[in-house]
Amino acid sequence: MAVQSTTVDAKVAERPPASLYRDAFERLRKNRLAIVGGFIVIFLVLLAIVGPFVTPYGYDQLATNQVREFRGPLNPGQGGHLFGTDQLGRDLMSRIMDGARISMTVALVVQVTVLLIGVPLGAAAGWFGGRIDNLLMRFTDIVYAFPDLLFIILLTVVFKDTWFGKAVDGLLLVFVAIGIVSWVGVARLVRGQLLSLKETEFVEAARAIGVPDRRIVTRHLLPNSIGPIIVAITLGIPGAILAESLLAFIGIGATPPRASWGTLILDGQIWMSSEPHLLLFPAIAIALALLSFTFLGDGLRDALDPKLKGKQ
Amino acid sequence: MTTYIIRRALWLIPVVFVVSLITFLLMHAAPGTPFQPTSDRPLPPQVVERLEQQFGLNKPIWEQYFNWIGGIILHFDLGPSYRIRGRDVQEIIGDNVWRSVQLGGMAFALAVIVGIPLGVIAALRQNKWPDYAATFVSVIGIATPSFVLAVLLVLIFSIGLHWFPTSGWKGPEYWVLPTVALSGYGIAQVGRYTRASMLEVTRRDYVRTAQSKGLKERTIVSVHMLRNAFIPVVTILGPLLAGLVTGSFVVESVFAIPGIGRFFVDAIFQRDYGIIMATTLLYAVLIAVMNLVVDVAYAWIDPRIRYS
Amino acid sequence: MTATDDDRRADTGSPAVAELPEAVELPESISLETEEGRRLASQLADEKTKHARKLLEVRDLKTQFFTKDGVVHAVDGVDFELDYGETLGLVGESGCGKSVTALSLTRLVPDPPGKIVSGEIIFDGVNIMKLSNEEMRLLRGKRIGFIFQDPMTSLNPTLTIGFQIAESARLHLGLSNRAADDRAVELLSKVGIPRARDRMKDYPHQFSGGMRQRVMIAIALACDPMLLLADEPTTALDVTIQAQILELIRSLSDEFGTAVILITHDLGIAAGMCHRVNVMYAGQIVETGLVDDLFENPRMPYAWGLLDSLPRLDEERGSRLRTIEGMPPDLLRTGGECRFAPRCPYVRDVCRSAEPELTPRQEELHMARCFGTEPGGWIQ
Repeated sequence: MAVQSTTVDAKVAERPPASLYRDAFERLRKNRLAIVGGFIVIFLVLLAIVGPFVTPYGYDQLATNQVREFRGPLNPGQGGHLFGTDQLGRDLMSRIMDGARISMTVALVVQVTVLLIGVPLGAAAGWFGGRIDNLLMRFTDIVYAFPDLLFIILLTVVFKDTWFGKAVDGLLLVFVAIGIVSWVGVARLVRGQLLSLKETEFVEAARAIGVPDRRIVTRHLLPNSIGPIIVAITLGIPGAILAESLLAFIGIGATPPRASWGTLILDGQIWMSSEPHLLLFPAIAIALALLSFTFLGDGLRDALDPKLKGKQ
Repeated sequence: MTTYIIRRALWLIPVVFVVSLITFLLMHAAPGTPFQPTSDRPLPPQVVERLEQQFGLNKPIWEQYFNWIGGIILHFDLGPSYRIRGRDVQEIIGDNVWRSVQLGGMAFALAVIVGIPLGVIAALRQNKWPDYAATFVSVIGIATPSFVLAVLLVLIFSIGLHWFPTSGWKGPEYWVLPTVALSGYGIAQVGRYTRASMLEVTRRDYVRTAQSKGLKERTIVSVHMLRNAFIPVVTILGPLLAGLVTGSFVVESVFAIPGIGRFFVDAIFQRDYGIIMATTLLYAVLIAVMNLVVDVAYAWIDPRIRYS
Repeated sequence: MTATDDDRRADTGSPAVAELPEAVELPESISLETEEGRRLASQLADEKTKHARKLLEVRDLKTQFFTKDGVVHAVDGVDFELDYGETLGLVGESGCGKSVTALSLTRLVPDPPGKIVSGEIIFDGVNIMKLSNEEMRLLRGKRIGFIFQDPMTSLNPTLTIGFQIAESARLHLGLSNRAADDRAVELLSKVGIPRARDRMKDYPHQFSGGMRQRVMIAIALACDPMLLLADEPTTALDVTIQAQILELIRSLSDEFGTAVILITHDLGIAAGMCHRVNVMYAGQIVETGLVDDLFENPRMPYAWGLLDSLPRLDEERGSRLRTIEGMPPDLLRTGGECRFAPRCPYVRDVCRSAEPELTPRQEELHMARCFGTEPGGWIQ
């Protein structure tokens, strides 16, 4: 066997430098489902922000002019109500828009709670390792072991009559309760990211030139794990929206006359055989929200992690 | 492996302890007591005092907690119900919990039995009609929360076609709609994960090795691909099972199934400490055990995993 | 050609015994029930046909990949032959089409996007381009074994190595579970795995990289194939392990009389292992010849470049390693000129106006694709 041997390798073609995120954005742009999802998300957010200002009716406004002869829900299109009205004569479209406001707020507040708890905990566990890691992860395990729906119900019912329970029409408590049980995934994710990034050359290089720990975590490690965190947060949103509407459906959450989509569906159920629109419109609203966030999240995941490309 | 299972089982003890402690403290932090849940219709103070003495509620909180925990450890006794006179918590929640667990378990089984073949077929016929059909099913599953699906199923199959009863839990024909409604989301998730995982496995080098051995297509899929494709799917099964068993609450309310759901909510409103504690604890143990089972299954499927 | 048809029939029939062309009469001492007997019988059959034909004849093979950016001509008109028991090297830079050539020989080019668009591949007298998928499948693993580059990913992590070796013996040789296991144990010890029987129940992750490649070799040789395709079998391994694995491939191919196509970018390996070498560039064979002729008197500037870029022991320390300037060509657009012209230091106008053919040089079997080294050319 010849001792001399070498590899014949061509020089790698030089490519115009493109940042990771520009690349990711290009990949995302080519994903039609994700783009549609993204537009629906924007639409829902706009609906939540401006919708209630542009509808001619308030979500709690009774059709007073008809109240005398009112016989039940109006069908879509009747009496100037595009989606019809409910049994009390309240405009369904306005109510769905208010529901969008609730659902989008859930998405925001829950995920902010998740970030506020999950990222610092995960980062601390991953960076310090050893006993701190062990302690924090055992704590995470215990939270993970909680039957979360039971815990949310317990929290919301127990604190229903406190000031916190009454804040924002009883919604703040629900949001925070959902957030409190939802951060485990993100904490584990951040920890895992940090554990693996900690061993990379660029972190060793940063250490070698004496960058302080805090700065390594905030300037090197967290920015490098931001992709997976964005994906996890986006894909967590449908779960949060679902949890809120589910609680509303069993009668926990917004105090009437405010109504989440879950409440609307609960009401719609009563009239479902004669007035199916009361059920269908809110159901479609939930479906749109759940699907759009899921598709957007899937698209982001594929775009930010080229290794997974082609999975979906 | 046995050591690992024993260690995990021992880990249950602190979990149960912390879960019960937090639940206990939460309950007692809430305004109101079992005999005075709200201030609307107060009982005469003497009556309340007598009742509280009878149930030991006048003792310090920590003493109450240790009495309760002691009851479980020493006599396997979950204590009395504070509201339903003369009955034990065990008796009361026994049947109801069983129905909820049965519903959740059946929905989980359905999700796995339907979801996995769905994902496999979709992956093997990528971008052909079976793939699109499977994608359609999972889109429906993601887009429709269990309670919406439940209501729609009642509308179509009970009220419309009269195939199944609208509510109750009296026999197998009553089980069909709730199980399907609850499993919709699970079918979608399992299907999506299986499909993605199968597609990933298709590109692996060892599949090319299997092809180079001249194996039949069927053998390559069933022997060389499926098991590897299951590995990532198994990781979602634990949370899914937990989600379905606790999520049965909502479906129960649509079909008026006498499960633990309504019972639990009522118990919280009435501050029935015994029932609340017992239910949370039961579910915590249940979920922990199910996660353990999933982890063991994981090691069984993936020989690279060795717990120690 | 009757033998051809018989072979085909035999291949589609019972995979167990009927390996012989019917024309061959067996002496009574040879029984097809034993492995030894089958080996003798097939040797006998081989003897009769061996001199009449080559093990492998590849004619004008073209494999293309249909991508969004256009058609990639990965293999673009490759011709070569291989004798029974011969070891042939296929060398060239990464991306020159050598791996795709090997995959084409077993029709394992991933489709889509790849497709063999034309050419003939005559293997042991049978044109495998005309075989049905099922017939092709029975050839893979049984007559043609494959060793891949990366032993870390080429073994199935969830199956025991015993199973992975015994599997094809069970399928193609019709062995019972126990007989297949025995065969696997025998192969494992042959490839140098100690305590072979104990290790049958182990999984790939319990083996080191070199050991896994030994297992891959055992899998490839499980059915005693006539041809072994080794696609960069040592690239992913430590240098110290490389020599052991190559030695193993050589000794086993000698022992079994297996022909080998060794794909490598490492000329040192090709020189040490092969009888003949094909140098590939941009999807074509640009020079072919016996290993000594080619290394002593290369007749194509690309091959010179490859040889020059080898580090040498007789060189001053610290002198720079030589490289070939420029980059491999874009395989989306080919034709009309010599593909090496853009990088060739001896290039003349004629090289840019027409594509050279593979033409004979003075030694027997030595051919090159270069105007400059043709008789009367300007390169000496």
